[in-house]
Amino acid sequence: MRDRAAIVGIGQTEFSKNIGRPEQTIALEAITAALADAGIGPHEVDGLVKFSLENTMEVDIARNLGMPNLRFFADVAYGGGAGCGAVGHAAMAIAIGQADVVVVWRARNRGSGGRPWAKKGNAVGGEFQWFLPFGLSRPVDQIAMLARRHMIEFGSTVEQLGAVATAFRHHAQQNPGAMMHGKPMGLEDYLASRWISEPLRLFDCCLESDGALACVLVSAERARDLPHPPALVSGYAQGTGTDHLVMANYFTRDPLDSPGHHAARDLWRNTGVGPEEIDCVQLYDAFSPLVLISLEAYGFCKPGEAGPFAEEGHLRVGGSLPCNTSGGSLSEAYVHGMNLILEGVRQVRGDSVNQVEGCETVMVSSGNGVPTSAMVLRRG
Amino acid sequence: MSTPPMTPPRPVPDPDASSAPFWDAAARHELRVQRCSDCGRRRHPPRPMCPTCNSFQHTFERVSGRGRIWSWVIAHPPVLPAFADKTPYNIVVVELEEGVRMIGNLLDVPNEEIVEGMEVVVDFDDVEEGVSLPAWRRA
Repeated sequence: MRDRAAIVGIGQTEFSKNIGRPEQTIALEAITAALADAGIGPHEVDGLVKFSLENTMEVDIARNLGMPNLRFFADVAYGGGAGCGAVGHAAMAIAIGQADVVVVWRARNRGSGGRPWAKKGNAVGGEFQWFLPFGLSRPVDQIAMLARRHMIEFGSTVEQLGAVATAFRHHAQQNPGAMMHGKPMGLEDYLASRWISEPLRLFDCCLESDGALACVLVSAERARDLPHPPALVSGYAQGTGTDHLVMANYFTRDPLDSPGHHAARDLWRNTGVGPEEIDCVQLYDAFSPLVLISLEAYGFCKPGEAGPFAEEGHLRVGGSLPCNTSGGSLSEAYVHGMNLILEGVRQVRGDSVNQVEGCETVMVSSGNGVPTSAMVLRRG
Repeated sequence: MSTPPMTPPRPVPDPDASSAPFWDAAARHELRVQRCSDCGRRRHPPRPMCPTCNSFQHTFERVSGRGRIWSWVIAHPPVLPAFADKTPYNIVVVELEEGVRMIGNLLDVPNEEIVEGMEVVVDFDDVEEGVSLPAWRRA
């Protein structure tokens, strides 16, 4: 399926703490915008792919937008790990002829809708029975435990996490749509922020956002006739790793051998490129340490070298590997990483607010620490 | 007279077919870990099948209760209401001598004294009638 399908339209709502409109409404707004961007009418859409945690349903999207018949619909599981997998499923369906025009979307009122972790009942089953009774209740606790282990094994530091958070905040200052636009942050500000789950602070955590985003895919052939330069899906990969749970997986032989480490091998094989050919990256950043772990997982840094790499400024625009150039989940908005995918498309098109000069090839990753996915986009 | 504010009940495990023997043993203050009856490998958390030899046959074997701190976090607000009066509190991952890891709380050790590799021994925290959670103390 290499380079057989392309993202040809992107659309989104604004991001805010309380958008004031239902998830279904903002999903329809984002999809409408993405189709308009592509120059394609809703009646042509014959495939939809969503995150399994998405609350808006395919049938509701179709009967609002007037899509006459969906002949391909699927969803991809594992929360923020789903994004690139959802785009990959869409590209695969197009490549093998199951559908011609496929939309992927994510609409989430996570800012106004409350914290999922705070809604658990008193008696907890499933994998949470091993965590919640001990007060390991929040995603931040789950990732902080891995971050601590990364510090133990490799000597990474809170200042290095701060380098990640401040780089993305720096990028958000050029993005008027970012929730942290107009709120610059230096390392001292970062270090002054309160603990949430030591060793992680408030500014190691993503934002709590309302918003929706969507993208439209068609075949590479058709993409050539549409308004924007196509963002070809060079390839994608998914990975669970060995013996994984949904989250907080400290039970495997080496919990720092993340799902991303496994997806990486397939990603580079499927795409035929390697880390050295990537012009910029959009790495899932629900929490800052995930960026360090993913830099190592996908081979941009050797094990233990991602912290110093961040501290040396490589992740900033102008650095050797600009990362999360719209501000990412830490400083633009947290919509399960769908905004990272759209920023990857803008970088390939050449119209990012933090455009990387000569950018042709972008890697995007989805949530790591959960079963994950990643993809490479290339300018067509 | 004012009523003191109620702390909501602490979350407790809702055992399933795989995990019930673990929690039943914990209620008796015994730490037992699932072990494959065919290949002998231990696994945690419990599940029906051995991922190495695919056997369904297993036992829950008592383990030493000795281990070392593998990693830890210190939780600060906002947390679940049941834990609000405990902040900042620790959550640790303990690597048992027998090789498996478990999540728990380290009792009676100041947060700033927790270090990787600290030797710990199991104790049990009786959280409600019939429910005890493995907890850890400095060895």
